[in-house]
Amino acid sequence: MANIVHPPAGFDGPGFFATSLDKAVGLARKHSVWPLPFATSCCGIEFMATMGSHYDIARFGAERPSFSPRQADLLMVMGTIAKKMGPIVRQVYEQMAEPKWVMAVGACASSGGIFDTYSVLQGIDKIIPVDVYVPGCPPRPEQILDGLMKIQELVENEPLNRRNTPEYKQLLASYGIE
Amino acid sequence: MEELTHQRIQEKLTEKFGDAILKVEEPYNLLTFTIKRESLLDILRFLYNDQELEFQFLTDITGVHFTAPEEVLGAVYHLHNLPKNIRIRLKAFFPKNDPVIDSATPVFSGANWMERETYDFFGIQFKGHPNLKRILNVDDLGYFPLRKEYALEDSTRTDKDDSLFGR
Repeated sequence: MANIVHPPAGFDGPGFFATSLDKAVGLARKHSVWPLPFATSCCGIEFMATMGSHYDIARFGAERPSFSPRQADLLMVMGTIAKKMGPIVRQVYEQMAEPKWVMAVGACASSGGIFDTYSVLQGIDKIIPVDVYVPGCPPRPEQILDGLMKIQELVENEPLNRRNTPEYKQLLASYGIE
Repeated sequence: MEELTHQRIQEKLTEKFGDAILKVEEPYNLLTFTIKRESLLDILRFLYNDQELEFQFLTDITGVHFTAPEEVLGAVYHLHNLPKNIRIRLKAFFPKNDPVIDSATPVFSGANWMERETYDFFGIQFKGHPNLKRILNVDDLGYFPLRKEYALEDSTRTDKDDSLFGR
């Protein structure tokens, strides 16, 4: 028996099923998170293993690594981000359409890692908001998958109006993003 | 044509530039001249054009910052005689508050980027450089990171607790 996704809570009867729009949309989004891999170093290599047949990130509906901000939902920053690369990461983030999520994979993207030096951005949360941090240097593919599942939880339970709330607008404003 | 030995190179240079050669060393068999910064271009031209010396390849230009015994900045030039496979090194030192030296670009076009890099990291001003601006670091870095007076660590780091690092 294959492990299939269960329907959300709702009323069902012969020929119909009623649930809230939030839950239906959350379910659909959760199982079709298209990642944009922003891979600069070793964590990126680890992600390539995650994309491979053994770990198979496609099982989570993340079948299409989008190497473009178009149609991408999840920005995965993997690897050291130099201060010179910062504006580019930010531009890619700004070019993605809402709703969007961000995952900082590995020590460098999360906090600068071992590169505590003049040329390296000390964590991407200095320039863009981050939803999930994956520890490790580099994290194993299992950890990246765990991070993706954490993102899925967030995606599933996000209220439809969250992106329009004053709190969210304030968060973006704190990063100076329009 | 006799063989080009270190002694021969040293003879030719001291004969022509005398006072401008402050010191000659051979650490690890690499002939090194410490020179006055004013004569850098003349020495480079002579080394380049002389029929016997033929130092026509500039391997690298880099900077150095010493804090002891006295604080000096320096520019270091590595030259290579490709036909005879001989390398020499030139060093010129100057005070930190006046880090100016002639640009080597009139002799070597390749010096352009090397000098930009040296300026980027050490703040050495190369007089006569066609486009002296940062090449590797972000433009608004605001300091010269390889100078010794700056901390090795990034000042924006927030997750470091000094007590965990024995400080």
